[in-house]
Amino acid sequence: MVKIIIDGKEVNAEIGDNVLEAAAKNNVFIPSLCYVKGESVKGESVKGENCLGTCRTCSVKVNGNIMAACTIAVCEGMNIEVNEPEVTDMRKALVELLFSEGNHNCPSCEKSGRCELQATGYEVDMMVSRFPYRFTPRQVDHSSKFIWLERDRCIFCQRCVELVRDKATDQKIFSIRGRGTNARIEIDKALADNMPAEQVRAASDLCPVGCIIDKSQGFDVPIGRRKFEIETIKERALKGSIDD
Amino acid sequence: MTKCNKNEIFSHELPTTPIDPETQAKRDAKIQVAMIGFCGCWGCTLSFLDMDEALIALLDKVNITRSSITDTKRIPGRMALGFIEGGIANSENIAVLEEYRENCDVLISVGACAIWGGVPAMRNVIPLEECFREAYIDSETAVPDAKKTIPFHEDIPTITTKVMPLHEVVKIDYFIPGCPPDGATILKVLDDLINGREFDLPSAMNRYD
Amino acid sequence: MSDINQNIFERYNFDRSRLMDVLWDFQRRDNYISSDNIKDIALCLKLSVNDVKETLSFYHFFLDKPFGKHHIYLSNTVIAKMNGYDEVRQALENETGCRFNGVDKTQAFGLADANCIGLSDQEPAMMVDEVVFTQLTPDKVKNIIEKLKQGKTAEEIANPKRYASNTLDYVHAIVDSNIRTASRVLFKPERNYKKILNTLITATKPEDVIETLIESNLKGRGGAGFPTGLKWKLGREAQGKDKYIICNADEGEPGTFKDRVLLTESPKDVLLGMIAAAYAIGSNYGIIYLRAEYWYLKAFLQQQIQDFRDNGLLGKQILATAFSFDVRIQMGAGSYVCGDETALIESCEGKRGTPRVKPPYPIQQGYLGMPTSVNNVETLACASRIIEENSAWYNQLGTPESTGTRLLSISGDCSQMGIYEIEWGTSLNSVLNMAGAVNANYVQISGPAGDSLSVEKESERVFCYSDLSCNGSLMIFDHTRDILNIVSDYAAFFVEESCGICVPCRAGGVELKNKMHRIIDGKATQLDIDEIKQWSKLIKGTSRCGLGTAMPNPILATLEKFSDIYFEKIMVQKGPLLASFNREEAMSAHELAYDNLVHKGEE
Repeated sequence: MVKIIIDGKEVNAEIGDNVLEAAAKNNVFIPSLCYVKGESVKGESVKGENCLGTCRTCSVKVNGNIMAACTIAVCEGMNIEVNEPEVTDMRKALVELLFSEGNHNCPSCEKSGRCELQATGYEVDMMVSRFPYRFTPRQVDHSSKFIWLERDRCIFCQRCVELVRDKATDQKIFSIRGRGTNARIEIDKALADNMPAEQVRAASDLCPVGCIIDKSQGFDVPIGRRKFEIETIKERALKGSIDD
Repeated sequence: MTKCNKNEIFSHELPTTPIDPETQAKRDAKIQVAMIGFCGCWGCTLSFLDMDEALIALLDKVNITRSSITDTKRIPGRMALGFIEGGIANSENIAVLEEYRENCDVLISVGACAIWGGVPAMRNVIPLEECFREAYIDSETAVPDAKKTIPFHEDIPTITTKVMPLHEVVKIDYFIPGCPPDGATILKVLDDLINGREFDLPSAMNRYD
Repeated sequence: MSDINQNIFERYNFDRSRLMDVLWDFQRRDNYISSDNIKDIALCLKLSVNDVKETLSFYHFFLDKPFGKHHIYLSNTVIAKMNGYDEVRQALENETGCRFNGVDKTQAFGLADANCIGLSDQEPAMMVDEVVFTQLTPDKVKNIIEKLKQGKTAEEIANPKRYASNTLDYVHAIVDSNIRTASRVLFKPERNYKKILNTLITATKPEDVIETLIESNLKGRGGAGFPTGLKWKLGREAQGKDKYIICNADEGEPGTFKDRVLLTESPKDVLLGMIAAAYAIGSNYGIIYLRAEYWYLKAFLQQQIQDFRDNGLLGKQILATAFSFDVRIQMGAGSYVCGDETALIESCEGKRGTPRVKPPYPIQQGYLGMPTSVNNVETLACASRIIEENSAWYNQLGTPESTGTRLLSISGDCSQMGIYEIEWGTSLNSVLNMAGAVNANYVQISGPAGDSLSVEKESERVFCYSDLSCNGSLMIFDHTRDILNIVSDYAAFFVEESCGICVPCRAGGVELKNKMHRIIDGKATQLDIDEIKQWSKLIKGTSRCGLGTAMPNPILATLEKFSDIYFEKIMVQKGPLLASFNREEAMSAHELAYDNLVHKGEE
């Protein structure tokens, strides 16, 4: 264990944990959209390993410098500011940037109510994006048997690319095409059509938004009883923390 | 564009039933509120009504002038609050929004359409010409032998290139997300504002769908 | 697998980390990479088709569709635009019968833009197949295209005397080196490499080499300025089965061309530097990552490597010692972000140039997960001189904190564009005088990622790591130049070159670019200026790599130092509609649709 400071309070942290995990264990919530906690989809137990570092919504101040909390391993005496006004607004701004970059039509989305982007929007008190809404045309890909790839909603977190693999060959099922603002996720139809139902569902759950849609799962839970309505994303993240 | 017979009377120019001075005075003493729906489904207005009996207490303090549920066609004067649902989809929307901004102290964007464009804004990823072609020229229900045309006339509003959120056209003061926001959520915001409290929407009441 | 492809895969031992080389070999053989070949590549390198496309689609110059017999890329830098770019662009379209980003009817030509190709001192310039043409005019373009149509190769036209491609004459036939100052540290002629290397390997311990570098206080010349001695010390201490030296010859920062000239005029200095680094850290393998825009240097550099091998200075058991070290050239394929060391390493491994999450740092876990020292071309050349002389000699040049000299590649409004070697501690004023700048108003150092300077206010500032820390690129603009357009160009450059992996850079870059357009269009208000500053802080604070961090620099710096040009453009909102609301744009599409769908139908 090491002693670190979070928002002015000295707490304990396990060596090897990243700041995101250490904060959660000490009942301090830092949002994240690309980090995958706990066991990876590959089935290996990970400790701070699933840091993709793409969404940047876990940005906090570490010893005065703004950093992505999931990328930093804790060390003795580290001074972490989470609820500091400047960096709190930056996290909110990044969420808003995602809402205006994609086409996020919550009212018509199958993932609404269990969407991490939406739930994080609520958590950071986003009402409207400060950035102009872009409405960029994006192609949907529904060619595979079980998966509807709704690219309007993709936040490009890379979870699917890194963590969803063909069981037989370990090849990527989702891959990246293009660069920068033209980048998009491609799905390998042949491999996707071979995915067992549980893996399809797992991939759909892994996707933080409604981009990877399991064609067999539509609006299957009534409003009021959906995942993040039963428990907010913050409550889920802090389950098992010191004060729980 | 085709010409038309300009024998027009606007509905707000028609004579109205006079209101007795006492009632009028009571109304004038309240907080003046105007409402309107632009390019939306008017569901947010219906949701406003979902506050049910709380509406009665609200109306003790508030006088709703122009709205989809009263018969007032024009804003009669200075308003404290403008409650707007729907996004901007045509020239008439823009003109009325201008009028609301000029005459209301505070404007509130209510619902997804007002806040980011909503369902109507789904056409934004498709060029307007293609939308017209699909709806009128190549339409399944177009009259077979009729000359192919699209609506375009000086008497009807011009459709905007893209459907726009209200705050990309005028300054908006507050936002109530939802599709529609709950009656209770709308009540919370209005109740705070008309009683002189700060806008405060707890995250538990913040919903985008 | 088809037989004709066999030799390509064998060349690289069916090693999937050599995907970049494989893609180039296919493209150079067939003029583009067909979907059949992509399938073959996937099969033979044990990748999926999507894996191959993932890498292919990242780089500007990889083609998965035919792009004409001759691939023409016109450099679109701000410097080119000051020197006749528009006329040259028009001439290219006229002469080829091809529109930009397309192919002509006869499939003879493909035309596209390229971001800075390292020839700012001789622009307008374009890449045609494996060579470049510089100092273009519409007449020159006409001449070149005519000859291409007659069946000559680009190489024949650029090199009429038919010098062999592995010679210095060949390189000089194609590009000028434009060295404007006498040699201080670099460009020393006639060095006895064998003697220097002999002393290094037989009479000096690796730890002493590191000590010399530390004492010399040499810092990275690529822009980051990390102390070289310290990097090699960390490399030596790092644990790994193999260790690597990578020479960063990507030189993608617009306005930088000093490494191009170093590799042309003193390539063996660079090789010697790599050998010294390898000896110091305990590496046996080196890679020179050469940007694709410098393809015309490839054969020549390969020859330099071969010369060293032939003289026993590279390869197994160098100079009959136990020390083995060899070098290969890894070509890039058009990506500015691959100048970032972790993105460069990803590219060397056959992947997209996506910068890695740090830590771990490359010196601990770099190429193939092994300790890797990535050093700039100029840094290695300087190191080669320091080990020849000594650290005290180097320390007497420059300033105590910024020892030695550095190369500047100067372009823009000056009479003598080219390479200048200056001692650290030289003032901006002196440099502008050296270059023959007249009426200089605005200077951009270290490219769009660097700093924007006001000549009027900052001419006394000094080149050193604590003041004007410059990577070499120096662009001079006089009072006639439109700064807002230049800054807008830089904003567009960053959007194009962003790898796209992180939100603030990918999405934020577009916002900054749009803000610049709004300002130039006269539709911006004070709120836009405030938002630029806030959003810049967001992008700088939360981006994953240096591209994002640097992206807002030109706007912020010019806002501060040339605030007038911004404030004379901004307007005050009149009436209830926002200044940014574009009524004409909002109202124009309906009538246009009516004209196209109804009126034209009537005719």
